[in-house]
Amino acid sequence: MSKYILRHDEANCIGCQACEVHCKTNKGLGPGPAPCKIISVGPMMVGKRPQLRFVFMPCFHCEEAWCAKACPTGAMQRREKDGIVFVESSLCVGCKSCIAACPWGTPQWDPATRKVVKCDYCMDRLDVGLEPACVTKCVTGCLSFGVANEAPDPRRERYARQLVAGSL
Amino acid sequence: MSSGKAPNVCGVDSPGRRMVFSMCGMCATRCPIEATIEDGRVVWLQGNPNDKAMGASLCARGAGGIPFEYDDERPQTPLIRTGPRGAGQWRRASWDEALDHIADKLRETIEEFGARGIALSDRGGGFTDLTKAFVQALGSPNYFDHDAACGRNAHNAARSLYGIGRTAITFDLKNAKHLVLYGRNIVESLKVKEAKDFMAAMANGMRCTYIDPRVSITACKATRYWQVRPNSDYALNLAIIHEVLKQEVYDKTFVETFVSGMDALREAVKETTPEWQEQHTGIAADEIRTFVQEIAADAPKVIFHPGWMVARHKQSFHVSRTALILNALMGSIEVKGGCILAKTPEEVGQKGLKKLADRTPKVKEPRVDGAGTTRPQWDPASGILHQLYAAMETSQPYGIGAYFSYRHDPLTSMPDPEATKRALDNLKLLVSIDTRYSETAWFADVILPESSYLERANVLCQNNGPRPNFGMRDQAIAPRFDSRPAWWIFREILRRMGIDEALDFETIEELWDYQLEGTGVTVAQMREKGIVSLADAASITPRDKLKFKTPSGKIEIVSEVLAKAGLPSLPPYEVKQAPTGDRFHLLFGRPATLTHGQSLNNPILNEIAPEQMLWIHPDRAKPLGIADGDEVEINGGGKYSAYIKAKVTPMIHPDAVFMLHGYGATVPLATRACGLGVADQRLQHGKLYEFDPAGGGNAMTETIVTLKRKGAKA
Repeated sequence: MSKYILRHDEANCIGCQACEVHCKTNKGLGPGPAPCKIISVGPMMVGKRPQLRFVFMPCFHCEEAWCAKACPTGAMQRREKDGIVFVESSLCVGCKSCIAACPWGTPQWDPATRKVVKCDYCMDRLDVGLEPACVTKCVTGCLSFGVANEAPDPRRERYARQLVAGSL
Repeated sequence: MSSGKAPNVCGVDSPGRRMVFSMCGMCATRCPIEATIEDGRVVWLQGNPNDKAMGASLCARGAGGIPFEYDDERPQTPLIRTGPRGAGQWRRASWDEALDHIADKLRETIEEFGARGIALSDRGGGFTDLTKAFVQALGSPNYFDHDAACGRNAHNAARSLYGIGRTAITFDLKNAKHLVLYGRNIVESLKVKEAKDFMAAMANGMRCTYIDPRVSITACKATRYWQVRPNSDYALNLAIIHEVLKQEVYDKTFVETFVSGMDALREAVKETTPEWQEQHTGIAADEIRTFVQEIAADAPKVIFHPGWMVARHKQSFHVSRTALILNALMGSIEVKGGCILAKTPEEVGQKGLKKLADRTPKVKEPRVDGAGTTRPQWDPASGILHQLYAAMETSQPYGIGAYFSYRHDPLTSMPDPEATKRALDNLKLLVSIDTRYSETAWFADVILPESSYLERANVLCQNNGPRPNFGMRDQAIAPRFDSRPAWWIFREILRRMGIDEALDFETIEELWDYQLEGTGVTVAQMREKGIVSLADAASITPRDKLKFKTPSGKIEIVSEVLAKAGLPSLPPYEVKQAPTGDRFHLLFGRPATLTHGQSLNNPILNEIAPEQMLWIHPDRAKPLGIADGDEVEINGGGKYSAYIKAKVTPMIHPDAVFMLHGYGATVPLATRACGLGVADQRLQHGKLYEFDPAGGGNAMTETIVTLKRKGAKA
């Protein structure tokens, strides 16, 4: 895995899909590719209350990335300094091997460039001290980004606040 | 008369990287935004962090502003109709030709109907000083907003109780302990700041009771969900009030000081026990008692939200009104964690924006819908739109000859567009000013392309609130097509009518200078931050200075205004028959990614738009032979029938079916939206003139539809 963690605090997520559009517009993508996706499951009854589950699916930036291993041209790479897995577009021949190889279907086909595009944690933004687009503009702040173990986990803090307020 | 291009704001064409503070235009919330421009192209949009409640956040629609801007499927020049109305035959026209044509038709209208025969509707909000000034300068009282199909019942309910409109009551969600929502789907019918505050409050332990016949995402976020029978929420509120009075958990000091009409209230809810409501709403009596104990413990930090889209049924006004009464009973008015009354700049010791409407004389003529005269219960500031259409058909109380629909699409937002078209077809002139091909634009005589919200500057807006501010929509980039900003369009029409004084400004900066005169705020300051707050912090009026703007100065449970209109302040609940067999109430709603009918043609929002499905309860689907995923034929009693896929789920009340609104567009030039899905408004057959008489809001969820599985025998 990369040294970073992109946290999705599901309890604070409203499934508004803003992250998907922030990602696409930042990368200048048209219809088709979706480097990140919020998957809603439900509603279903949990006890007496209806519940919805939201699963955020960007790229996991695997340590031993299937996609990079499958790439015949070396376009799919792992950045040495922080472990971000990204596509070097100039090397991509559009063979889609990475799409087939990824267990989560993360790499995306872009019909406009006829190449692959994927979540790279907006590394151009990271390199100038900014956060990924999805995190920067998330409506509720349920997405957070940082070096793993360095940033506090919002779930612990919320649990404590709700416990004290008695709304759990 | 010849008119050149509208002047761009200074520097809009300059190369390199620029940041512009502006205001989003992807829905009518108009969030403050910051746009990054590189060599004249918008490359990044985010919330304006100078507004702390907003931060950098932006919703999916707001982010969809970039694909919207660079999409060519929008009106690019003025268009004049050449075939029959709605046939889609147009010719391109220059601005001079289109504006001269409009002026000729306006003169014809004035000759036949007088100036009062001209009307305009928009979608309300912070920029209406311009549209109101335009209508007034022409000499007509007939400015309308869209709100008869939205929050008008809540608005007029607030006026009848507190003497102020709906938006003058704000909610301190962040500090509240309990929020009660009547279908106010706060995380899907999304306003960024409100949703942020709501989720932050939930994380801090706020309780939320959510009342809706359908499980929305907000229902899933709430701490309590009541699947109430459709259109029965007034019964629920009468029982809650009954129980609040019975348990004596209301704020006696507050009520004694500020509320009149408590005896009438006691009388009205004498019999409306929790048991009584159970037969109407389906909510267990014990649940009501527990709930009342809970809110008693949380008072005064309890908010009963009077609703936003409340054009639902013929007692919706009283649902909002009883919710607002409950706030008074909880003593949650003008307290932290409760309902905070909006302040004008003057109320915090500052000066408000100078109004454009002050430049021309007020119009004495009565409004065509009777708002404020024969219908004193309706706010005359923006009226009740369906009654404008009624006048187009009947010429009563007088005729209407010309109508401007400004960034407003009544053929999508009002029920029964066929009925609306019949009314509109009597006009001499129908002008649509818009940035997209709306259903109404397609039916118009002239389409005037307004520059997109990123390509234009608007008049400044004054946002009253606990902490009032001025907001600016600045121009971020030059227009891509032959479009113009609204202030320029209205000015040019007025000039052609020989009415120069109302909007006699050469540039938007000149207009802003006029608005800011005497406020101590400059255009440069506005540009520096996008918003300028007029107070250091939110202000709460101390109890000894609290007064209400009603005739009596108190919160009027028995309203003088309603009495004058011959309407009861506390009518009994009207019992509704549950539809059976193949008949259902039609409910509708919105996802967070779509704004009514205006987003579905956006290349990216179209891509992520949910598949429109018809939610139906398994107990009702089974006898009709409808299984999950089946195609179902749906009809609302009129000519329009459509097929839609069934989603069989217990998450919808058995009496109702539900679908998303904003689908079923018919304009062929909007290729992504055209023909996609079913138009719920076309199923609302016969509902254009069905409304709550007290609030004026349309009774949309009284619509009954019939269902048939595709291929099933009749």
